[in-house]
Amino acid sequence: MFEALSDRFEGVLGRLRGKGRLTEADVDEALREIRLALLEADVNFGVVKGFVARVRERCLGEELSKALNPGQQVVKIVNEELTATLGGETIRITYSAKPPTVVLMAGLQGSGKTTNSAKLARWFKSQGRHPLLVGADLQRPAAVEQLRTLGRQIEVPVFSEATDPVQVAANGIAEARKSGRDVVIVDTAGRLAIDAELMDEVRRISEAVDPDYTFLVIDAMTGQDAVSTAEAFHQTLALDGVILTKLDGDARGGAALSVKEVVGRPIAFASTGEKLRDFDLFHPDRLAGRILGMGDVLTLIEKAEEVFEKEEAEEAAARLMEGRFTFDDFLDQMQQLKKMGPLSGILGMMPGVPKEVRNAEIDDREIARIEAMIRSMTPAERVDPDLIDQSRRVRIARGSGTEPTQVGELVKQFKEVSKMMKRMGGMGSKRLAKSRRKAAKAKGKGKGPGGRTAGGRVAPKGKAPLRLPDLGAGGLGAPGGVPKLGKGGLPDLRDLGLGDDLPGR
Amino acid sequence: MALLIVLIVALVVLVGTGIGLVASRRHRTAVLEPPPTAPRVPPEVIEEVRAEREAAEEAELTEVPAVEELEREEVEAVIAEAEAAVAEAAPVEEIVKPRFRDRLTKARTALAGAFGAIGGRKIDDETWDDLEEALIRADVGVAATQELLDHLRGRVKAEGISDGEALLDALKSELKQRLAGYDRDLHLSLEAGPTVWLFVGVNGVGKTTTIGKLGARESRDGLKVVMAAGDTFRAAAAEQLGMWAERAGAELVRGSEGGDPSAVIFDAVEAASARGADLVLADTAGRLHTKVNLMDELRKVRRVADKGAGTVTEVLLVLDATTGQNGLVQAQQFTEAVELTGVVLTKLDGSAKGGIVVAIHAQLGIPVKLVGLGEGADDLVPFDPDEFVEALFA
Ligand SMILES: Nc1nc2c(ncn2[C@@H]2O[C@H](COP(=O)(O)OP(=O)(O)OP(=O)(O)O)[C@@H](O)[C@H]2O)c(=O)[nH]1
Ligand SMILES: Nc1nc2c(ncn2[C@@H]2O[C@H](COP(=O)(O)OP(=O)(O)O)[C@@H](O)[C@H]2O)c(=O)[nH]1
Ligand SMILES: [Mg+2]
Ligand SMILES: [Mg+2]
Repeated sequence: MFEALSDRFEGVLGRLRGKGRLTEADVDEALREIRLALLEADVNFGVVKGFVARVRERCLGEELSKALNPGQQVVKIVNEELTATLGGETIRITYSAKPPTVVLMAGLQGSGKTTNSAKLARWFKSQGRHPLLVGADLQRPAAVEQLRTLGRQIEVPVFSEATDPVQVAANGIAEARKSGRDVVIVDTAGRLAIDAELMDEVRRISEAVDPDYTFLVIDAMTGQDAVSTAEAFHQTLALDGVILTKLDGDARGGAALSVKEVVGRPIAFASTGEKLRDFDLFHPDRLAGRILGMGDVLTLIEKAEEVFEKEEAEEAAARLMEGRFTFDDFLDQMQQLKKMGPLSGILGMMPGVPKEVRNAEIDDREIARIEAMIRSMTPAERVDPDLIDQSRRVRIARGSGTEPTQVGELVKQFKEVSKMMKRMGGMGSKRLAKSRRKAAKAKGKGKGPGGRTAGGRVAPKGKAPLRLPDLGAGGLGAPGGVPKLGKGGLPDLRDLGLGDDLPGR
Repeated sequence: MALLIVLIVALVVLVGTGIGLVASRRHRTAVLEPPPTAPRVPPEVIEEVRAEREAAEEAELTEVPAVEELEREEVEAVIAEAEAAVAEAAPVEEIVKPRFRDRLTKARTALAGAFGAIGGRKIDDETWDDLEEALIRADVGVAATQELLDHLRGRVKAEGISDGEALLDALKSELKQRLAGYDRDLHLSLEAGPTVWLFVGVNGVGKTTTIGKLGARESRDGLKVVMAAGDTFRAAAAEQLGMWAERAGAELVRGSEGGDPSAVIFDAVEAASARGADLVLADTAGRLHTKVNLMDELRKVRRVADKGAGTVTEVLLVLDATTGQNGLVQAQQFTEAVELTGVVLTKLDGSAKGGIVVAIHAQLGIPVKLVGLGEGADDLVPFDPDEFVEALFA
């Protein structure tokens, strides 16, 4: 749907690449595209203006003299600037010398305050604290009941009473002192920034509890209005940080940039799902790539997590990298993959995929044909495709309603890919291992209760969450501005000479 | 093509397993030597099972829409007739219109003036920039904005428009034109058995609240309403809907927390039918359109809601006006899954303008039918394209 920035850049950069240095006109041309990409990603109009001006200055400044590949440099500067703007100072939660440490949650209706109050409580618990949740949303029907249910799931007590929000909050603090809870999280009702009465109410709540941390909870799907919301809440409450929610969707999340610019306080946490464990510290570099539309490995991996059987997929991947991938493995994995949705959609989420390939129409009948061919092979043939000679090809073709040449083609291509994957396996595993260990350490442990419990919502048994490969720093260094994974990750599909195999192109 | 498919499968397997790969390497080599030999199930068996399943699926597929299509056409014809009669008799909108405007003006004064400048000016580059800014700030989106302004440029030439005022009017008429001519009514089934309206959307947009408001309105208009607590996932979702049902004088049908939502909705329709209720408002859990399992779950809900005594006549996407460009993707994905009949645009009482619905009309042909203007029971009004367009520039 949205043209990724990398596509757009192919034109602009193609021309720039040949040149030795950037002219002002070159920079402006590239920045026009950047501007559009940012606007499409929902970065606020005014914020885009300022951002583009900053990038322009940098592009025309000192870096230019050293530029060998100017086009690449523009993208790199944009990405750096974006990461810097989103990141910068990180939040460090310190605890009040006079407990309890008080956290106030505020935001628009439906942004995720209640859910993230519970997520935060769970996080504090994992830090060895003893949180108390306070339900000061007396406005929305069953809001307190919602909080109580979540509290039960994570075994954190919930305080509320049917008085008024300011009083509930104040009494919540007293309750925490009495019962020896050292952190208090106050959930408030959703309110519009232009609702003077309710904004005044939340200001009074804040005065009553004197929070150590005030978080604005904001939905990653928010559009241009994120700025006015952030401004108003910041003015009223002096925010300490932002919690960005619903990042598990496919919104580009430009609102984060807008909010960060306006509030100037860190984006502290990222909420990436409805389950209470889908909550983590915020990673600016990941979001930078996403805002620029550079492939969405995160979503890809999340989708894969939903449908793949971990053990099986791991074994298949191992065989793949060791050159022992069989047609059976292929068939299995393809069944899983089909559950992730249309293949063309999946392709769109992979970084490093050239435009021609990404836009290729993948015909579902072709997939069915491949399946039929494999199903017409004998067990032995599936394991050892070399067995398949002319007469077997004819038999398989007959069994699957295809042509012998099509069978031959499939076998040949299957072998090619297997070989390629084996090569990759050989070269990347060490580095991959290192980054994984690092990631695993950083991530820490802790499974907890909470999450979808039925109605097909919980991951089927035997499925543990898969982990994310390290995308490598900067990300945008590759020619054409496409981020590359570390060596052990995705290969650059450009190198594979796919051109001839594309339908109609 | 084959190469491409093989490649994708291989790559996704690799990316998907990502970090886990090395962590359990030792155990894997132990398990995997010697290389795998035969498949677990003989191919004939697989083939047989597949054929059976496909046959079953096909039967289901051809059966349902054939009936549905007929019914809908008939229903729509009759309704259209009835409506023509009603339209002659009494203009209903009168009571509602001022409210839309009042509520919006309240919101707009907070940020008025942003656009007053264009008025009497001559048209220059800056004027065009201002128009672009106004549209983008209203979340109309880059592509739709460019398309609109291109048209407008054509008109400026053809009609000799020369001042800002006239230009703005022309832009508004372009927008109104793109929103004109849609059926924005909520339809009742003329079959025996209750009508079902299904509410879908991403998390936190206002599905439950909209049902509450709409239930109150329809009860007031004399319909017997049942609310189906199809959100079995979110904590206390049924309690929330229950409180609305009480307010609206409607009946609530709920299942167990974590239960199957299609079962709850099916039960609600049956209960409604047994008690002679007219309308079932079916709530669903918020879900992101990217979640394959949850979208499948929704397809099933849609199918099952139609299976029993009731008829689904409206599938409404609830969309939060603060939503940016993702709104279009949401509409596209939801309509692909459950064939939307309309959109409910909520939270328009805030400062967000909901401009993404312009693209939803133009690209997907899905009309906004209702607008949410607050958290109270009466804060729901029919969508009025003219008011909406005026408000975009207020
Ligand atoms: N997919 C997804 N859903 C989320 C996330 N965070 C919250 N939600 C869902 O969003 C909806 C609204 O969340 P709440 O926590 O009730 O939001 P709130 O801000 O307290 O809402 P009000 O109290 O009604 O203003 C619920 O359905 C949550 O399950 C997230 O990161 N991803
Ligand atoms: N200001 C305003 N708030 C709304 C509107 N519609 C719903 N809400 C609020 O938005 C929040 C989420 O609504 P809810 O119905 O629970 O959303 P659901 O998760 O989609 O069912 C609640 O706090 C509602 O009170 C509206 O039109 N205007
Ligand atoms: Mg809440
Ligand atoms: Mg709900």
